[in-house]
Amino acid sequence: MFFLQQGPAQTTNYMIAGYTVIFGVILFYVLSLFLRNRNLKRDLETLQELDNKTNV
Amino acid sequence: METKPRLLTILDGVTIILLAVATTLVFFFTPIEAVMGNVQKVFYFHVANAWVGMLGFMASAIAGVAYLRTGKRSWDIVGMASVEISVVFLLIAIVTGSIWARPVWNTWWTWDPRLTTAAIMELIYAAYLLLRQGIEDPDRRARFGAVYAILGFISVPLTFLSIRIFRTIHPVVIGNADPSAQGSFDMSPAMLRTFMFSLLVFSFIFADLLWHRIRLGHLADKVEQLKLKVTQ
Repeated sequence: MFFLQQGPAQTTNYMIAGYTVIFGVILFYVLSLFLRNRNLKRDLETLQELDNKTNV
Repeated sequence: METKPRLLTILDGVTIILLAVATTLVFFFTPIEAVMGNVQKVFYFHVANAWVGMLGFMASAIAGVAYLRTGKRSWDIVGMASVEISVVFLLIAIVTGSIWARPVWNTWWTWDPRLTTAAIMELIYAAYLLLRQGIEDPDRRARFGAVYAILGFISVPLTFLSIRIFRTIHPVVIGNADPSAQGSFDMSPAMLRTFMFSLLVFSFIFADLLWHRIRLGHLADKVEQLKLKVTQ
């Protein structure tokens, strides 16, 4: 691929694409953890209310 | 729900700072590789992502053994958390490897031993996540997860050693590369330092995310148990 070239190949766009994937996916995963945590806390609150009502 | 431990908050902060330092090192303090150009910089985090992938699968196998020995649900949560994080990071490693390969190998994908074994490993653990969803009984699900994680771990050393056993075009970072490898390069001291630091930083990211994911698993477990109690 790099035969007869002078100086480093112009591959900056691929580097940008690579780091966009890395930070994008990590950010997406962290966001998914946050959202799942928030939803589970809401579920827990609702279920605890239901549980208290049934105990009364 | 328990409040967030202070140590976890500190770990969050340290991890973010370390990631910022590693990113700065990659972009501003490592030389541009003479042949490949800037795309070579993908290598530092590409390998670190693959490292997290394999680390998590190893952790899930250990958690699987621990669950089968003790029967404690906590180990199932650890195993599940490890696999989920590793599937995400291995996916990043596969995609970034493909992006690197396009200008260096002149193709996005080739059925090279390393690429093939990595793809199989990713599919094995993606299947673990999917198959678990189909089992309702928590104890059966945990037993299944433990056995699957232990058996699935066979794919990890196979993937790691594939470029050392088989004829391959994939570069070998540590050890001697196959003569047919394309895209190999000699690391300068600055490159080596950044590479080793990136591995350390991603180990911190793994530990931090694992802690958060385990806490989430315990919360999900609590919700599941309460749901069963309320519906009975």
